[in-house]
Amino acid sequence: MSGDFIRRDRAWHPPGLTPNYKTSVLRAPRRALLSFEQSIGEKSGPAFGHGAIDPLDNDLIANFNTGAPALGERILLHGRVLDECGRPVPHTLIEIWQANAAGRYRHVNDGYLAPLDPNFGGCGRTLSDAEGRYHFLTIKPGPYPWRNNGSDWRAAHIHLSIFGEAFAQRLITQIYFEGDPLIALCPIVNTIPDKRAIDMLIARLDMGEMAPFDRLAYRFDIVLRGRRATYFENRTEGA
Amino acid sequence: MPVDYLKETPSQTAGPYVHIGTLPAAAGLPLRTQENLHVLAQGAAAGERIRLEGVIHDGAGAPVKDAMLEIWQADASGRYNAPGFSGWGRTAADFKTGEWFFETVKPGPTPWRDGRLQAPHVSLLIFARGINIHLHTRAYFSDETAANEADPVLRAIEQRNRVPTLIAQRSTRGGQTVYRFDVWLQHDERETVFFDM
Ligand SMILES: [Fe+3]
Repeated sequence: MSGDFIRRDRAWHPPGLTPNYKTSVLRAPRRALLSFEQSIGEKSGPAFGHGAIDPLDNDLIANFNTGAPALGERILLHGRVLDECGRPVPHTLIEIWQANAAGRYRHVNDGYLAPLDPNFGGCGRTLSDAEGRYHFLTIKPGPYPWRNNGSDWRAAHIHLSIFGEAFAQRLITQIYFEGDPLIALCPIVNTIPDKRAIDMLIARLDMGEMAPFDRLAYRFDIVLRGRRATYFENRTEGA
Repeated sequence: MPVDYLKETPSQTAGPYVHIGTLPAAAGLPLRTQENLHVLAQGAAAGERIRLEGVIHDGAGAPVKDAMLEIWQADASGRYNAPGFSGWGRTAADFKTGEWFFETVKPGPTPWRDGRLQAPHVSLLIFARGINIHLHTRAYFSDETAANEADPVLRAIEQRNRVPTLIAQRSTRGGQTVYRFDVWLQHDERETVFFDM
């Protein structure tokens, strides 16, 4: 078993209670989180193999195709998974989900009036490669309204879930798009107190990776908690 | 100047449509309908078969019906990533009732940092709309009184009246062993202990 993970900077993440995002008011714990050192359970995590993953799972333009590709602005979403020490995180499972180009989710609980796209499911997954790189082909999602303060609008976003190599690195977040004026107005974006942290969630237009007469590209790197070296660890954890 | 590190990507809520990407069949998509990620006890996995179940309550006492939960645990002999038993599970709260459950095996004790044993427990993560960064808790077992009293994590909880929020209650239903683990996100007395580990 390798070293401990660097502690999570809770001031960098959104706090639990963010009253301008109203649902948080009844769902945020009132008590402080209890801090403890990590044991083997927090320093290990599930490994997902290629076996379960279909070759089309990272192509959302094609993976729900019922006769035509998905409608919308075609994009490549790509980047690297690193840890806070700058080391690549290889072979880790990344899952994404998103609304279609009109801002509608294919979900039994989404009743937004915008249309479903019969050729878009909005569900993708992939494993990072040996150098921590990943990519998805998809369409740029549309913004959508939600109740919150009357009718707020979500900035266009793709939800992302990632495992890392251990339970302590587990993370779910959202990816936004450079230049979207709704980012500044979005109550969920603004649960994050630090502008530099918000900046980490904005995918950058990447003209170097666009494919001529096919699609644009956006670059989004992911950083997971870093792992300390093991100089002073005792060896009782089943090394 | 101190040494520079990269900063962790900040969390955002999983939102109400988390199921599309994590449990697409639950969202109503005709995808991965054969996946049973809430069933960890497959085939010949050794150990006592148990059902771990509960409801997550919000600060008004209402069930949280759009949560996604993940568990991570050792096998019956206390090993993580053991061959034949993944130890990882995922499920959705029921959209109508908020009830969730896993079918798994009761884990064995696992080592703490200094070689002492931790009482058997299942680590649990909660993701949902309104939860900006996932919540991490542990379910211990009500029939492990002696092990729970010696557990380094439970022992370190200063407010002793909060320890029971981490104990799943054992019962038998239809011949099956059931552990009930209700979670209270916000409560004057019963608020579940959540960890920063
Ligand atoms: Fe969304």
